[in-house]
Amino acid sequence: MVLTGTQSESITARKLTTAKAMVEAISQEMERDPSIFVMGEDVGSYGGIFSSTAGLLEKFGPQRILDTPISETAFMGLATGAAVEGMRPIVELMFVDFFGVCMDQIYNHMAKIHYESGGNVKVPLVLMTAVGGGYSDGAQHSQCLWGIFAHLPGMKVVVPSNPYDAKGLMISAIRDDNPVIYMFHKGVMGLPWMAKNPHSLGPVPEKPYEVPIGRAAIVRTGNDLTIVTLSMAVHHALDAAEELTKQGIDSEIIDLRSLVPLDREAVLESVAKTGRLLVVDEDYQSFGLTGEITAVVAEKDPRLLKAPVSRLAIPDIPIPYSRTLEYAVLPTAERIVAAAKRVMA
Amino acid sequence: MDNETRLGLYKTMVLSRSFEEAILRDYHADKKPVWDIGAGLIPGEMHLSAGQEPVAAGVCAHLTSDDAISSTHRPHHFAIAHGMDLRLLASEIFGRETGLGKGRGGHMHLFDPTIHFSCSGIVAEGYPSALGVAFAFQRQGKDSVAIAVTGEGGANQGAFHESLNLAALWKLPVVFVIEDNDWAISVPRDASTAIRSNAVRATSYGMRGVRIQDNSVEGVWDAAKTAIEKARAGEGPSLIEVHTVRLWGHFEGDAQAYRNDLDSLIDPIPAYANQLESDGVLSPEMVESIAQDAKSRVEDAFDFAKSSPLPSAAEVERYVFA
Ligand SMILES: Cc1ncc(C[n+]2csc(CCOP(=O)(O)OP(=O)(O)O)c2C)c(N)n1
Ligand SMILES: [Mg+2]
Repeated sequence: MVLTGTQSESITARKLTTAKAMVEAISQEMERDPSIFVMGEDVGSYGGIFSSTAGLLEKFGPQRILDTPISETAFMGLATGAAVEGMRPIVELMFVDFFGVCMDQIYNHMAKIHYESGGNVKVPLVLMTAVGGGYSDGAQHSQCLWGIFAHLPGMKVVVPSNPYDAKGLMISAIRDDNPVIYMFHKGVMGLPWMAKNPHSLGPVPEKPYEVPIGRAAIVRTGNDLTIVTLSMAVHHALDAAEELTKQGIDSEIIDLRSLVPLDREAVLESVAKTGRLLVVDEDYQSFGLTGEITAVVAEKDPRLLKAPVSRLAIPDIPIPYSRTLEYAVLPTAERIVAAAKRVMA
Repeated sequence: MDNETRLGLYKTMVLSRSFEEAILRDYHADKKPVWDIGAGLIPGEMHLSAGQEPVAAGVCAHLTSDDAISSTHRPHHFAIAHGMDLRLLASEIFGRETGLGKGRGGHMHLFDPTIHFSCSGIVAEGYPSALGVAFAFQRQGKDSVAIAVTGEGGANQGAFHESLNLAALWKLPVVFVIEDNDWAISVPRDASTAIRSNAVRATSYGMRGVRIQDNSVEGVWDAAKTAIEKARAGEGPSLIEVHTVRLWGHFEGDAQAYRNDLDSLIDPIPAYANQLESDGVLSPEMVESIAQDAKSRVEDAFDFAKSSPLPSAAEVERYVFA
């Protein structure tokens, strides 16, 4: 099993927030490879609205850290073109919710060129973007939407949940010869202006290292129930697991970390052991990640299951603004506990 | 321009500012000691329009509730100038069941069909739907117009350019408004846009374009009068760009470390009060009573909002479909 944030604690004492871990990864790679540049809205003097590029302008200057106009189609396409010609762009889409204005450049161009060219043209770039809700930002600024990117062929999709993985996955994404969509949840960044999630600060080795794309992590081992999840919901699942232990339920938690490629083996191994599966997702439910993970088990051998699969995701409604409504649809620890008990019943 | 109109413009601006000062107070009041954007009675991103009131007041003075506005992530000044019910507006911002969107929308998602008002949190994406509103007005034989608003940053978005072309081609009754407040979050205009005036772009798309340089409410009023009359008369779209000012942060909590112009900002409301006083239209007593009047309307709306019920979690799935 690959190192996870928790497992690496013994190796290093230095702690960083997820945002700082991302910046360190980008910075170290930029020192190594002059073909890397960073581009997006407010990535320069502001340092990224979610601090994903803080300090990079000061270090690398405006030739390599570029603020763009609010012209996502133009700069997404620019990233693709530059990558085709041998550069390694890191392009930020401020919120994933804004993909609508530039998706053609992403899924019809960035993602398909390698295949259409019969492998003759490579598009090595990282598209990083903020996801997730929980702070009343309404229906256009709170979505996860990773299911859409994972559905469309030609893009790798990674979703770190903690500082250690954030650094390692960023380095792997930069070194990968494919377009990699790197989706960071605002709630795990460790931002000073958002509710503090204790897991947004964690040990991060100073030296560059890779977390392989396509490998899940077991963040908690258990025997009764497998909870498959990712991103911010990993932390809610960990909190839920503590409560479930008190109620005599021993859960195993899988942090997928990558959606494309998907670590199907990790899911199957765990379900073979526990016989029960709960999939927790902050993306919309229908036609998405929860259905895909369920299909992994159903296709392999439904007899692995001792009970029907349960899914906890955003119901198929726009994310509401008012806190009472938003928290009724987010996969909180309490809702995970309730769903887990249904699987065990 | 008669005195009554000038006073009206002033009152509209004061009401809008008064509303936003109350938001500012309540938004920050319960985010202490550690500032958390998701905490408090008003959570989430909050984009206030202080400084940009002349644009909304000058344009909306020519509208009735039969005309439409498609606004931005920074919508309050246009909502208020267009006559939105302050109680319904405040309640939506407080996430209450009595709000315009029953707490589902929030401050960037205000929809009021009684005054044909809408807005979007996606930059420039309110432009295309304004075309459709104008198209419907035209087909329905009405002389109503649609106002489409964006910031100068949004004028670099594809939707802006497609909308200008289509509106000009089909001679739709739209007035495109650009609020140039010099900044798109931290990016100054000269770092985002190769030309100095969007009036040039309007011309190139086949419509009249003007740029108002000094955030003058009367300048906006004049330009809007011409543009709106043309649209009502079936003479097609126009564009008005106003060089305005963003007095506060992009959103609340924005430290504005990137900003070097904070010492030179001119607040248009006291500036207009001075002008009206020296023209004998306004007295210090009137300034005071207009402010008090605005304040009491705003406090009434806020009291109503705060005493309104929150939406019920059991109804979270309601309103997805008609
Ligand atoms: C398509 C899209 N891209 C980016 C954003 C993020 N964003 C919100 S407001 C803003 C700046 C807008 O600047 P401008 O159009 O000048 O309006 P202002 O905020 O100055 O009123 C940005 C980049 C967005 N909401 N939508
Ligand atoms: Mg602006």
